[in-house]
Amino acid sequence: MNAQAPALRDPRLNRPEPLTPPLGDGGFFQRDRSIHPPAHAPGYKSSVLRSPRQSLLSLEGSVSEITGPVFGHNDLGPLDNDLIRNYAKDGDPVGERIIVHGRVLDETGRGVPNTLVEFWQANAGGRYRHKKDTYLAPVDPNFGGCGRALTDDTGYYYFRTVKPGPYPWRNYVNSWRPAHIHFSVFGSGFAQRLITQMYFEGDPLIPVCPILTTIPDQDALDRLVAPLDLNASAPFDSLAYRFDIVLRGQRSTYFENRTAGN
Amino acid sequence: MPQPLNYLKETASQTAGPYVHIGLIPAMAGFDIFEKNFSNVLTTPNTEGERITLEGKVLDGTGTPLRDVLLEIWQANASGRYNHPADRSAGALEQEFRGWGRAGSDFESGLVTFETIKPGAIVDKAGRTCAPHINVWIVARGINIGLNTRLYFSDEETANAADPVLNLIEQPSRRSTLVAKRSERGGKVVYSFTIHLQGPEETVFFDV
Repeated sequence: MNAQAPALRDPRLNRPEPLTPPLGDGGFFQRDRSIHPPAHAPGYKSSVLRSPRQSLLSLEGSVSEITGPVFGHNDLGPLDNDLIRNYAKDGDPVGERIIVHGRVLDETGRGVPNTLVEFWQANAGGRYRHKKDTYLAPVDPNFGGCGRALTDDTGYYYFRTVKPGPYPWRNYVNSWRPAHIHFSVFGSGFAQRLITQMYFEGDPLIPVCPILTTIPDQDALDRLVAPLDLNASAPFDSLAYRFDIVLRGQRSTYFENRTAGN
Repeated sequence: MPQPLNYLKETASQTAGPYVHIGLIPAMAGFDIFEKNFSNVLTTPNTEGERITLEGKVLDGTGTPLRDVLLEIWQANASGRYNHPADRSAGALEQEFRGWGRAGSDFESGLVTFETIKPGAIVDKAGRTCAPHINVWIVARGINIGLNTRLYFSDEETANAADPVLNLIEQPSRRSTLVAKRSERGGKVVYSFTIHLQGPEETVFFDV
């Protein structure tokens, strides 16, 4: 399995980047549903009763969809992107210290600036700090398991945490989730809203996960797997993983159709 | 071979899972971590417009309320203006009113509530007037990709009948799945809704 490729262009191409017209205010590119999991995916049993059966009604982007909430640094606290410190009570959390970093891009390859990225995860033993999680692995008194960041002008984000552990869940009798971090991303319009999960290169649970394998396209699945990024690691401190996230691109309005003379 | 277009592909969606509260509403997961939290209250004392409570449930294919669902809403202000630079309509902007909120359902009853204002009618880029509505996005365990729908208002019959999106729905009987019902309770205006994920009353969901 290939880990996620960095979002760099193929140097053999004579045009290094997709053509990017002026920033659009049209609707977003039509969503390619063939790379997303279908609503009804029987191998993931919880989807059976929670999946709409009628066709979705296609809307060309109106102002209600191309707009979306705007966030700023005022919404965040100084430790929000440091999961090693943001819930520490009497020491650091247990586990492998890691940095997760990457860019939020759109389908044209442009960075999505100043957008809110939220993340949450289990602790190193695979236990969530959640009143509904009853897995026997212990809660870590120094680990909350959530954080958030605002991308910079180029779409870059980063945070520090400990690597989450795998854990069992009720789907089949012996179903285990690969280690993963949940991501929530906004973009500039509400139609770009996305929740996904990041996985770790080399995890043997990836090919047998009933949730991950709801994705029908192998390349799309591979793009959820973050590669180890030694160049971004901090020697004698933390390993690093890179995870780029791609949101839908936006159409531009080139010509206004008005009757001549108006 | 023609020149390659070389667009990137959107990142695939994955379910928000049963523990979505940890990341998005940590107080509901049972702990306090951030200095500043997002909530289901969109209004401040200065917000213009009629105060309303939105109250509803999301039902699975057996009619059972989801008790681990998370909803986000996105709406215009009372003048029909979204707080976003791409809305260049004439309505007055209110910087203090973001127009967005999120709520988790109650772990016992499945009830979801928002405290907000009734939005104004919206004029789209083509100059058409759209009935007042609130955009809704739904995620939960078992929902593989977020569901988009809208809430319209039962006391806006004339505007609803002319709304370009409601009129895209082929079966008139399905339009009512998007209309929240107005009532008054203890002096407060409440709009009630039920979102059916499946079944004969399945809510209309959009590919936006």
